[in-house]
Amino acid sequence: MATTVSSTPSGVTIVAVDGQLIVANRNELKETVLTSLEAGDLKFVFDFTATGYIDSSGLGVLVSISKKIREAGGALRLAGLNEDLGMLFELTKLDTLFKICDTKETAEKGF
Amino acid sequence: MTVAVPSELEFVEHTVDLVARHCLACGLSVKAVRFNLRVALSEALANAIVYGNRLDPGKQVHIAICLVGQSVQVHVRDQGEGFDPNCIPDPRSRDCIERVAGRGLFLIKELVDELEFNDRGNSLCMTLHRA
Repeated sequence: MATTVSSTPSGVTIVAVDGQLIVANRNELKETVLTSLEAGDLKFVFDFTATGYIDSSGLGVLVSISKKIREAGGALRLAGLNEDLGMLFELTKLDTLFKICDTKETAEKGF
Repeated sequence: MTVAVPSELEFVEHTVDLVARHCLACGLSVKAVRFNLRVALSEALANAIVYGNRLDPGKQVHIAICLVGQSVQVHVRDQGEGFDPNCIPDPRSRDCIERVAGRGLFLIKELVDELEFNDRGNSLCMTLHRA
């Protein structure tokens, strides 16, 4: 898995997740986001357009990161989920916990 | 096909890739392999390594893939004490939805066609039907 972090002119931090978000690499994503959070970033979009699959540890780290962002007064949106990943969020009912948008552009405009 | 995996999480992804290729050759659909098998096996392996073998480098997780009629069975066995799969709470419940852990077994149940455990609870068999 590789993460790419970029900022939009409107002050939204886009975190693109490339590859699988699984038990062996989940902490890399958490550390990346916590570093941005400590730097003062508060609006986050996680872009899963290039993500293969996410396991339960990956889902767990998303829940954990989401709490951290909320506690800091920020907000998180998820974008670019393919059919499989969308089903994963529906199965676990995590689609009720996260704001999910079709694209990162839609997510960015939603803040 | 049988595989013995060391109790280290870094082996999960490569092992899942290896088994996925084998299951494709066995006739499982691309979608079933791409998503159902990959996620379910990833969960089963991680559970076996972390909760079963407790990351003990002296222990291994054994995987066996069998073609049975119109199905593919994937057996995952660890060297731990085992557990009672009926004692895992529903991760979708109000009390559990914001928990960081506890979704693995639920996902396996949802993503495979049949799931069985041995009496000890240290070995599971996931069955996926061929299209």
